[in-house]
Formats: sequence, structure tokens, C-alpha cells
Amino acid sequence: MSVASEDANVRGSGRDVHEEPGGHGSFRGYMTGFLLSVVLTAIPFWLVMSDVLGAPRLTGLVVMAFAVVQIVVHMVYFLHMNTRSEGGWTILALIFTLTLVLITLVGSVWVMYHLDTNMMPADHGMHMPAPQSVPVEPGTAAPPHQHQH
Amino acid sequence: MRARRFWRNGSRIMAAHSTAAFTADDFKGPGDTPVFLDADGKHHPEGGTMLGFWLYLMSDCLIFAALFAVYAVLGRNYAAGPSPKDLFDLKLVALNTSMLLFSSITYGFAMLEMEKEKRGRMQLWLAVTGLFGLCFIGLELYEFQHLIHEGATPQRSAFLSAFFTLVGTHGLHVSLGIVWLVILMVQVQLRGLGDENKRRLMCLSMFWHFLDVVWIGVFTFVYLMGVL
Repeated sequence: MSVASEDANVRGSGRDVHEEPGGHGSFRGYMTGFLLSVVLTAIPFWLVMSDVLGAPRLTGLVVMAFAVVQIVVHMVYFLHMNTRSEGGWTILALIFTLTLVLITLVGSVWVMYHLDTNMMPADHGMHMPAPQSVPVEPGTAAPPHQHQH
Repeated sequence: MRARRFWRNGSRIMAAHSTAAFTADDFKGPGDTPVFLDADGKHHPEGGTMLGFWLYLMSDCLIFAALFAVYAVLGRNYAAGPSPKDLFDLKLVALNTSMLLFSSITYGFAMLEMEKEKRGRMQLWLAVTGLFGLCFIGLELYEFQHLIHEGATPQRSAFLSAFFTLVGTHGLHVSLGIVWLVILMVQVQLRGLGDENKRRLMCLSMFWHFLDVVWIGVFTFVYLMGVL
């Protein structure tokens, strides 16, 4: 099928629409995806279970990288994602969703980490100068440390 | 209007030769007034359902993103209770993961048989897929029951609340996927493998593979990185 007629099919006629997401694949494609994902699953489990690298931080990063690659493999070989299906709308929706997912994850972790750090029940109040050492002039507002009580 | 009549007659020559889907004439009614109502359904090619279902999956993805974010924030708050290291059995998780992976490839085989119009073999692969799905759910329920028996209940700590919510939501999706699968198998058995049922099977295929993608995130982020 030539590119032009395929394009016409996607945009135009009602009957001959192909290239849906999740639609057609080949035996070869499914087997490639399956074998790749078996390897990409087995390696992270092996790395963690027999503690190959010895450094938890490094292992964590490597395991995450494997997950990202495996997600891409699933998207391509099982969900048949490409830039042409539905005239590009599926990939556009996917990019938009990934942006939102990234904002949700990074934003939550970032904000909550700083909130945790700043709200620690550490001894902030203990090292404040004693209230009586702050000169309070008559007629002024409450001393700045009033809210500590 | 002339073009529209061509359409109704189902002239495939017309469809094949038109490079542009719509011409300016398509939007003009009698007396050159623009017509905005698409009574002929020209704007809805058959792929419309697939795109719509894809958009649903993307919104489902956002639900999981929110649950992952909750786990990322609360996952280390053990409230002096058990930590992932104490609780998770990676061998069980590996077995669970392989069940889901096998079910993905068997669903793929079912789709290939569907394209060859081989109903019996397709049903067989769908049944195998359903069994792998049931194994997955069974193992997950066994794990949950084991955790709860050890006192690691959802109300024990923020970590466990987040864990049960995230993994439980995924499990619920898989369970509903199995229900959908059984319904479609009955449907295909009763009504045959028509265009409608093919479309439904393709939607379920996307749903099933999507859940597998989410599980990659779960076993990496929750189990593997939790045990580290």
C-alpha cells in the first residue's frame, strides 16, 4: 500500500481504516516484543535479588532505566504505537499524557519533599532568643516570636 | 450533494480516488449555505472507537500516575511498622510478573488468529489469556492475604495504605479485564466474529497490554526499588 493511498484511507473513507492502535501485528512482532520484555524483566530482578552491583543507588537507577526501555518495547510491539496511527492523534495524546504524568510525579515528589524538610519537628523554637531579650516598645505589634506558642 | 450521494451508494472508486477527504462542496447545502450537521457520519471513520478508547486509556494512565505519586510521597512512612524489605517476596512477584507477560503474548496470538478468521483457535488463546490473568489475580490475592495475616494491613501505615491502593487498583483493572474477556468470548461464541466483536476484541487488547505496561511501573518502582 502506498503512503498516499494509506493516508487517504485514514482521513477519508469509512471502510478501509487501518493502523489503529492496538490493532494489527505480526507473529514476528509479538515474539520480538515478548522476548525483549522477558530479558528486560529478568535482568532487573536478577540485579536486585542477587545484589549484583552492590550499590543500592546505582541498582535503583539501572532498574528504572530497564523499566523505561521495557515500557517503550511494550508500546511499540504490543500496543503498536507509531506516529501514523489515527493520523498522529494517538501519539499526540500519548505525549500530552506523558507530560501530565511527569508533572504529577516530579511535582508531587518535589513539593512534598520540601514540605517534609521544612515541617520537620526539629528544635527550631529552642534556639530562638528569649522573648524578654527582644525590646518591645509600647504601642507596637506583638513580638515576632509570638506565634511560637 | 452530488458527492454525498456517491458516498451513500458506497462507490469505492470515489473513496479511493479522493485524496482530500473533504472538499468545500461537502459543507455546502442547497443555496450555498454552509451545513455543519454531519448527518452522513462522514466525520466518524471506523477508527473512531479505537481513538476514543486510546483516550480513555490515557486518562486511566493519569489515575495511575496520581497513585504512583502518592506512593512516591508516602512510600517511606512506615509509622514504625514493617518496611518493603520485611514484607515483599521477590520470587512471588517475579512469578506474578511472568503470568502477566505470558498473558500479553497469548492475547497477541489470539489477535493474530482473529485476523485469520479462525474463531476456534482465537477462543482457545483467549481462554489461555484468561487463565494467566486468573493466576495473576490469585497470586496477588494470596500475597495480600499473607500481608494482612502478618498484620501489614492497609491501615497499619501510610506506606501500606499507598501500596494497597496502587497495587489493588491495578488488580481491580485486571479482574475487570477478565470479566470483559469472558463476556467477549461468550459474545463471539453466540454471535460470531463480526466487525463489532473484532472492534471490541481490539479494545480489550489495548486495555490488556496497557495494564501490562502499568505493571512494569509497579514491579520496578514498588517491589524492586522497595527491597533495595
